[in-house]
Amino acid sequence: MNVIIVRYFASLRERLGRGEEQVEAEGVSCVADVWSRVSAEPLPANTLVAINQEYASLASIVRAGDEVAFFPPVTGG
Amino acid sequence: MTSRVQKDGFDPWREVAAYQEARNRDWGGRYGATAVFVGSLRDFNQGHPVSGMTLEHYPGMTESYLEKISAEARARWELLDALVIHRYGPLLPGEPIVLVAVWSAHRDAAFAACRYLIDELKTRAPFWKQETTPGGVRWVEENKS
Repeated sequence: MNVIIVRYFASLRERLGRGEEQVEAEGVSCVADVWSRVSAEPLPANTLVAINQEYASLASIVRAGDEVAFFPPVTGG
Repeated sequence: MTSRVQKDGFDPWREVAAYQEARNRDWGGRYGATAVFVGSLRDFNQGHPVSGMTLEHYPGMTESYLEKISAEARARWELLDALVIHRYGPLLPGEPIVLVAVWSAHRDAAFAACRYLIDELKTRAPFWKQETTPGGVRWVEENKS
């Protein structure tokens, strides 16, 4: 698998107009790189990120086949 | 320790009674304290009326964080068991959103672990609330209370 699966939730999903897409893994080394592939805009403040369903940071390393998610602060409970 | 994410409504009090009934044999009757937290949908928020809510979640990650948080509570306090149930999908005012129930030998551990579970769930479990108000739908931006 040479792609990274990218997922968005809640207000960020609506803002981008999509919930999921794939990006080519070539040239992507961290979460921040993934964001710059999918949007020309800066990442909205307070956005949380996860790699393979575990919280991560913008500097976290991403590999081909990973699932990377971007979402606003959580509001459950 | 059991955690569940579900679309269907539930009665938290029946869930607590049924769980206790089913598990008490394993606990050997050693529980002396049960702490329960139930969060329900209010019909107002930040000064405006709320007629409904839709909860979005991240399937898979939600379940794994509920498990993680339960395991942390178990490592930190002496617990016999815990039950966490959380809704997703559409909800109406008055309906329960979340149940956290903790059984232990003594009250200190039960209160502390129950508080820990709901507080950690609110800051880490990937759920998002969208309210329906007279002005339309809007995403709840922060978990203040």
